[in-house]
Amino acid sequence: MPDTKSMIKDHVLDRPNSYIGRSVPRPNAKRLLAGRGTFTDDVKLPRLTHVAFLRSTYAHAEIVSIDVSEAKESEGVVAVVTGPEMAEVCSPWVGVLTHLEGLKSAPQHALAVKKASWQGEPVVAVVANTRAQAEDAIELIDIEWKELPVVADMETALDPETPLIHPELGDNLAWQRDLDAGDVDTAFANADHVIEETYISNRHTGVCLETRGIVADYNPGEDQLTIYHSTQAPHMMQSLFAKHLNIEEHKVRVICKDVGGSYGIKVHSYPDEYATVALAYMLKRPVKFIADRLESFTSDIHARDHRVKTKVAVSNEGEIQAFEIDDLTGIGPYSVYPRTSGIEANQVVNLTGGQYTNPNYRARAQVVLQNKSPMCQYRAVGHPILTLITEGMVDDAARKIGMDPLEIRRKNLVPDDAYPTTAPSGLPFENLSHHASLYKLVEMMDYDGLRKDQAEAREQGIYRGIGLATFIEVTNPGPAFYGVGGAPISAQDGATMRLDAKGNVIVEIGVTEQGQGAEAVVAQCAATALGVSMDKIKVIAGDTDITPYGGGTWGSRAAGIGGEAAVQAGKALRQNIVEVAGIMLQCDPSTLDIRENNVVDLADGNERMALAEVGRVCYYRPDTLPKDYQSELVVTRHYVPKQFPFAFTNGVQGCYLEVDTNTGFITFKKYVVVEDCGTVINPLLVDEQVRGGVIQGLGGALYEECLYSDEGQFLNGTMADYLVPMAAEMPDVEVGHVESPTLDSELGAKGAGEAGTGGAPAVVMNALNDALEPLGGKVTIQPFTPERILQAIGKI
Amino acid sequence: MKPAAFNYAKPSSVEEVLGLLSEYGDEATILAGGQSLIPTMNMRLSAPALVIDINGLDNLNGISDEGDRLRIGALTRHVEIENSELIASHAPLITLAMPSIAHPAIRNRGTFGGSVAMADPAAELPACLCALDGEIEITGQNGVRKVVAKDFFKELYETDAGDGEILTAIEIPKISAGYRSAFDELARRHGDYAMCGIAAHAKVDRDVLSDLRLAFFAVGGTPVIATQAMSAMEGKSVDDESIFAAQSALEDDLEPFDDLHCSATLRMHYAKELTKRMLTTLSARN
Amino acid sequence: MTNEIEQIPVALTVNGEKVSKLIEPRLSLVDFLRNELELTGSHIGCEHGVCGACTVRVNGEIVRGCLMLAVQANGGEVETIEGASDSGKIDDLQKAFHERNALQCGFCTPGMLMTTTELLATNPDPSREEIREYLSGNYCRCTGYEAIVDAIETVAQERKGA
Repeated sequence: MPDTKSMIKDHVLDRPNSYIGRSVPRPNAKRLLAGRGTFTDDVKLPRLTHVAFLRSTYAHAEIVSIDVSEAKESEGVVAVVTGPEMAEVCSPWVGVLTHLEGLKSAPQHALAVKKASWQGEPVVAVVANTRAQAEDAIELIDIEWKELPVVADMETALDPETPLIHPELGDNLAWQRDLDAGDVDTAFANADHVIEETYISNRHTGVCLETRGIVADYNPGEDQLTIYHSTQAPHMMQSLFAKHLNIEEHKVRVICKDVGGSYGIKVHSYPDEYATVALAYMLKRPVKFIADRLESFTSDIHARDHRVKTKVAVSNEGEIQAFEIDDLTGIGPYSVYPRTSGIEANQVVNLTGGQYTNPNYRARAQVVLQNKSPMCQYRAVGHPILTLITEGMVDDAARKIGMDPLEIRRKNLVPDDAYPTTAPSGLPFENLSHHASLYKLVEMMDYDGLRKDQAEAREQGIYRGIGLATFIEVTNPGPAFYGVGGAPISAQDGATMRLDAKGNVIVEIGVTEQGQGAEAVVAQCAATALGVSMDKIKVIAGDTDITPYGGGTWGSRAAGIGGEAAVQAGKALRQNIVEVAGIMLQCDPSTLDIRENNVVDLADGNERMALAEVGRVCYYRPDTLPKDYQSELVVTRHYVPKQFPFAFTNGVQGCYLEVDTNTGFITFKKYVVVEDCGTVINPLLVDEQVRGGVIQGLGGALYEECLYSDEGQFLNGTMADYLVPMAAEMPDVEVGHVESPTLDSELGAKGAGEAGTGGAPAVVMNALNDALEPLGGKVTIQPFTPERILQAIGKI
Repeated sequence: MKPAAFNYAKPSSVEEVLGLLSEYGDEATILAGGQSLIPTMNMRLSAPALVIDINGLDNLNGISDEGDRLRIGALTRHVEIENSELIASHAPLITLAMPSIAHPAIRNRGTFGGSVAMADPAAELPACLCALDGEIEITGQNGVRKVVAKDFFKELYETDAGDGEILTAIEIPKISAGYRSAFDELARRHGDYAMCGIAAHAKVDRDVLSDLRLAFFAVGGTPVIATQAMSAMEGKSVDDESIFAAQSALEDDLEPFDDLHCSATLRMHYAKELTKRMLTTLSARN
Repeated sequence: MTNEIEQIPVALTVNGEKVSKLIEPRLSLVDFLRNELELTGSHIGCEHGVCGACTVRVNGEIVRGCLMLAVQANGGEVETIEGASDSGKIDDLQKAFHERNALQCGFCTPGMLMTTTELLATNPDPSREEIREYLSGNYCRCTGYEAIVDAIETVAQERKGA
């Protein structure tokens, strides 16, 4: 492969006093530590009102009549609005994208019109002076419902006798994708062994500690909507609010201050949020909606409800010869807008088995409608499922032929020197490092030592297991993800950098801070490229009126895309500064550089002039510069990956755990992750992304499950009943890195936000099954609860 | 969600509380630590017209040594009990159970009396009282009466305390010489309500147990005293055979239920596992 | 219905300042602090006492701000993250959290810090396991807890050495 580092003049990774690769603490974390962040619920505006929603208590029911007369008279009530009234202001949407061919969904409204299709769908909005008053009034609303048959079970959603959720669609099949690569039938026919299994990932959800929230205000004098929103994608939301309220986009300003966790939950558009904006528009005054925890459970998107039948062919020598999967997923009654609910299954089809050399791959994904909360993209979209089944199948094959799980992986993983290459699904992979990563993991976890310990423990009746899970991960998405399908989601992002008169630098960016450290990473890139210390930099994000137009933060794109934009902006600003400095110093600008806040001689680093002096002259005394010269101390640069549709990353997780075979409880004894996210900009932040991601993945693996009754009633929608990982049970995680920079950018950084989450369920399952094998047990249903573990070994 | 509106009273005597209770009847509710009541109000699952805050009744606070018993005022916070030398010396079972009750911030606020009065079948303290033959002091318009723990917990969230009465204290016999206590529970996460739990108490002579009490929680509508298992073990050495006999007897003692977190089958399995653990722990030589 | 509700006068000390207000009995302590006093550092994550984001100190002990009525704090002393932070007494904790990146979104952080303050006051030399147990009622979705445990361990060591 070409070495672009030598091709790029003035490469950012060659900068003196570089912040790239340094564990710099996040400057913006200090306000949060002092309790001085600004989360959406902290925003208070004059004449503020609060909205609460009456939500459907039925999973599927027709609205016969609504009587709001008593509610309107309740103390403190400002307005009570029903679906048909809302529809006059806010138009409905359909969550489809053209590149997911055949995907269909029905028009969805901000407030249900005619019928409700899941328990939790907003039906009536009550605006009052306080949230409590709005809730008081909701109790006075009288709705006559006519219950409709409920489609709860995705397994029977397509049966002819199952009623249709949206009769106009003709069936309950939202989307189907089939893929057939290589010669699968021949491979299975000639295989030494074929192993079939069914893996189940149960539905779970994000549980952001800060619930969804939005404060909208409309000023009719300016025809201006100002919206404070806990979101990942301000420009996308600006576009959507403008479209569905029929306002010009530049009349909608979306401001995103601190966000209390998002993980994909806050990258979608939600009916109650459209309704809040529409209410502000209707009432011409600010309206605040802060979801409470109970409504969050039924109105936030859910994810990962998949049943996958798998089939793997393997030779006696351990060569994997074919993978076949049949994925069924239930997405709720609507495909979520605008990203759709087809992407998760699409990822499963695209990437299952993608790290292995096997070319024979057949996949079917069926995405069905049901009367449960809508499902959509959540951190590591699809990867927890596809890694679970891929690595489950590989272990199935290894067990069948009695081969060590490490050996079968070494035998079948795509060699590191084979890249660039293409997955059976056709997706191009630029440069991955499965073998190097696996090698490092084996060393870090002392694989052989653990195998020895495991054998000794077994002799004492203690059951320990080792799990391995290699993975690939989509990051730095280009327009292929959403833009090509028609979604108003910017694939490129920009950074605007401004040197002020005192030598300080303001950086405005399109990507947003969600706590992962986007602002810190951008500051590191900007400071390094320009040549200033980080304390001179202030980063501004999350305001559609101010920042460059951008896609926001999702798909592990903030560092890789936003960081590269900052690098290019920093370099360009440096060029502009040395140009004017050259005039002032009467020397060739190409002999100058900027280091540690000073213009210096490129050759020997001798200080020539402080940046503050450049600023002073350019802003206050431009009369001292030549008359035909205009300095430009503001630059904007954009970046979008162009060579590859995505920057795929890879890594491997390994864990060692002990199962109490009397209780089914597990104890982690070791947990190691080796991650390759290309250039590591900030090891401290990357490692914590991995750790936090792992624990979030362990939530799905061990605890989290949205339980529903046959009637589509969500049964465990409180934080006491829906279990998330807490401190006492979670392991420490060792993190190691291999760095294979993407050559698609100068910086070479790929994303790191989702790797931990994607691999965790698979590695836990494989470790459990390794531990349980001598007892004849195998778990395949996530979460792997004590009950399922005890059932697997016949203890109950 | 915010609670429905209510009125608030903070009386300074038990008599005042009783007066309000008789005036408001079902419409009133008593607020002690609030760690169970307030969540239900915040979900509008309960919406009392009047909340009677008894935190002003200073004489319901504290732990006192009453000779052969300890008296614990109903308003005594969990944290005080957790750190009490008196409790650790004379009712060690309670000390053993405390760390399993929720989390520090909850234990700072939650009260012993509130936990007992709430009678949550998954709560630790009611089972401990059953194991220790504690007595619950109830005060009503007709005066003060005491009920032994096993008769106090009637049904799911139902106790012997009547509508116009309040729980004012708990009395626990001091542990006698030669007796030991043990406590364990199985919860998905630290501080969660248990899937199954057990409080055990017995006279221990080498590895022989007598006067054994095994009180389970989270296996039925109330704490369950496993009388069959207890008698299967009575006077026996703890060994594989006696443990198995006690475990088998649980089939007659317990009628576990299914819920979101755990099946009845798993509960029974856990009850047996915990029984084994407790018998082993009680008989373990120091 | 609400017409019959009697508002209650409360007078208390919050972060060292005396405040008095007339409030609805149903107002939780955390809503009172956030909405009436604009102390928005205490966060609301569940309102059923599970997540720990609203943890504040009342009369010297940490409590869930969502599980206590504001009227119950009448006559008492309340400390929030703003008070603890401005007083300077958690400087070392804040510094350790910052350097170790023991927060991401920061929504749980005030509750974590308030809980940690009590942990280190009652157990100045906790093991990692004890730290994890003490924090078991404080939910953090971002960090996976390890960095938080590390930061607390660091402060405990530093204080011991000091």
